[in-house]
Amino acid sequence: MVTVMVTVMDKGMAQKQSRNSRKLFMEKEDEWTMIVKPKNNWFDFHFKDLWNYRDLIFLFVKRDFVAVYKQTILGPLWYIIQPLLTTITFTIIFGNIAKLSTDGMPHVLFYLSGITLWNYFAECLNKTSNTFISNAHIFGKVYFPRLTVPVSIIISNLITFLIQFLLFLGVLLYYTSFRNDIHPNLFIVLLPLLVLVMAGIGLGLGIIISSLTTKYRDLRFLIVFGVQLLMFATPVIYPLSSLNEKQKFVILLNPLSSIIETFRYAFTGVGEFSWFYLGYSFFFMLMVILVGVLLFNKVERSFMDTV
Amino acid sequence: MKTVIKVENISKIYNLGELGTGSISKDLSTWYAKVRGIDNPNSKIEIIQNENLNRADHHVALSNVSFDVKEGEVLGIIGKNGAGKSTLLKILSRVTTPTTGQFKVRGRIASLLEVGTGFHPELTGRENVYLNGAILGMTKYEIKSKFNEIVEFSGVEKFIDTPVKRYSSGMYVRLAFAVAAHLEPEILIVDEVLAVGDMEFQKKCLGKMKDVSEQGRTVLFVSHNMNAMQQLCTNGILISKGQLTMQGNINSVVNTYVESAKQDALLNEDFSRRGNKSIKFKSFYISNYNGERITGIQMGGDLYLNISFEKITNVASIDISFTIKNSLGEAITHMQNMDSDFEIPKKDGETRIKVKVNNILLVPGSYFISIWAGTNTEAYDCIENCIHFDVYNNPEFNRFVFPHNIKTFIKSDWNEVID
Repeated sequence: MVTVMVTVMDKGMAQKQSRNSRKLFMEKEDEWTMIVKPKNNWFDFHFKDLWNYRDLIFLFVKRDFVAVYKQTILGPLWYIIQPLLTTITFTIIFGNIAKLSTDGMPHVLFYLSGITLWNYFAECLNKTSNTFISNAHIFGKVYFPRLTVPVSIIISNLITFLIQFLLFLGVLLYYTSFRNDIHPNLFIVLLPLLVLVMAGIGLGLGIIISSLTTKYRDLRFLIVFGVQLLMFATPVIYPLSSLNEKQKFVILLNPLSSIIETFRYAFTGVGEFSWFYLGYSFFFMLMVILVGVLLFNKVERSFMDTV
Repeated sequence: MKTVIKVENISKIYNLGELGTGSISKDLSTWYAKVRGIDNPNSKIEIIQNENLNRADHHVALSNVSFDVKEGEVLGIIGKNGAGKSTLLKILSRVTTPTTGQFKVRGRIASLLEVGTGFHPELTGRENVYLNGAILGMTKYEIKSKFNEIVEFSGVEKFIDTPVKRYSSGMYVRLAFAVAAHLEPEILIVDEVLAVGDMEFQKKCLGKMKDVSEQGRTVLFVSHNMNAMQQLCTNGILISKGQLTMQGNINSVVNTYVESAKQDALLNEDFSRRGNKSIKFKSFYISNYNGERITGIQMGGDLYLNISFEKITNVASIDISFTIKNSLGEAITHMQNMDSDFEIPKKDGETRIKVKVNNILLVPGSYFISIWAGTNTEAYDCIENCIHFDVYNNPEFNRFVFPHNIKTFIKSDWNEVID
């Protein structure tokens, strides 16, 4: 009871204080809300700005989610059909024709466990890397923190991921009901971390590329098949265990590999797990986000002149 | 009165032609030089000094513009097309940054360079009100509290839950403007958005703008409509060729602008010409039926072209023609003296000609007129894009919006067939 009172009082005081400070601030002639200069500091972020525009992020997410499947017959069912069709294709081509190993797992479960998380990454990267170019008409007319767009893309794709993840869970349940070689284990609690790192790398790389494409349009073409190629350098359609030591080392240099592998290990008990490589992915994510935000911050203010 | 915007020596220089140096390797070496603190080996634009402002590969959109805006002031920004008004607005709206100089702002600033930015055709009117409001800087709570007002103002209550792609263009614009009109920033920047909707709606918008300024908020306003300027604004600034040439009371600024538009009739040596100079154009301006020089015309009006030329050497015959081009440089129409079987006199000295162009039914926008004199075989004198004029919408036509890429308007009569 007492604590509640205290917090309420604190709030009141804080409000009063802020009102006072605003009054003070209005009276002081030299105080400006904003000073715009030709170039800003590399580390001059406006994260508070981004927070102030959180409603816009939410509305962008809603727009992306609602608008995509309007006027389609199957509507949101497409979110499930896409990974299903991909899985079936992979099962036929890589499983049945090429006869790639799946570590003894059912083909459908194996491929689905790979592409569920992979799709999330690929979509994040593809969409965010187009931020400046596909929003040029809006960016050219009104200012809002440009970072709202890539952030909203990450969030709206997270919803897509969750739907596809449910599909994966369904398939997983189906197989565990009659097979006893599938062992979901405690590492499942790492899932939020895996998603975070995937989203982070997608966002980071995406905004780096979107910042560079304002000048070098070539990157746009590169990214489309780059993502496709990258999938083959990640254990999506093959297990790490099918590689020799040398190959494994190279593949694990790809920070996405340990994420996919950990995901598969947590839910099926098949595959490998290493704290070291997971830590490496996490560190990579931090770096790529740092570089991305720096670049994006630099470019966003005047990209209209080069786009 | 407090100063709410302080613009200090803002310049904006665009780099024409190729952007960047064209290759990643050169950009990297530029960057590396910068890091080491030595001169840029590929330097073109890195440091812009006043003496090389006039270089051919640069376009100086604004140069050293400084002014203050006081709280509650409604400032009109006046200037010809290409004078730098839009660039100034873009910089103040933070869509782009100045090349040099800076500006300071006190309070929240919102800009309306266009209505309906970010409208998504698949979303309903309701969803778009929220989205557009948020893009313009409102919080969800603010929009919610004003939602009913917005919808009422727009007059599209019935269709608010219909996707906006099913809206008529008029409804679309009304809804978009309604959102914009309910923004409540301390400073509002408005570009030409009043040029939408029918007469009644325009009046409503003008009224809304007046309310805004009467509430003590600051407005920066750009328009080619001098009447609206004089009604709304208290003060004005005049921009020509990227420079601030005048600042003061709105009426005096508007008058100076109209006068300077008249001065431009003389075709001096600044114009780039082609031809063998057998005759030379001396002056060219457009006017209304009273002979008053104008800078724009309402759709459906008659336009008078006043041209004078001087004969330099003897020529067998003279033909004169005009080409009207739109702002994209597309030729829209062509007129020549043979159109009305008129023979251009070949007397010595200066000859003045007046051409009446009937019933201008070009869609609202900016246009250029190129002039040409010559014969079938040779050109005497020719000035491309010699003058510029605007066509304003005419409420009588009941046409609020024209689809993209539409160039002319042909009146049509519609009737139901009854047997």
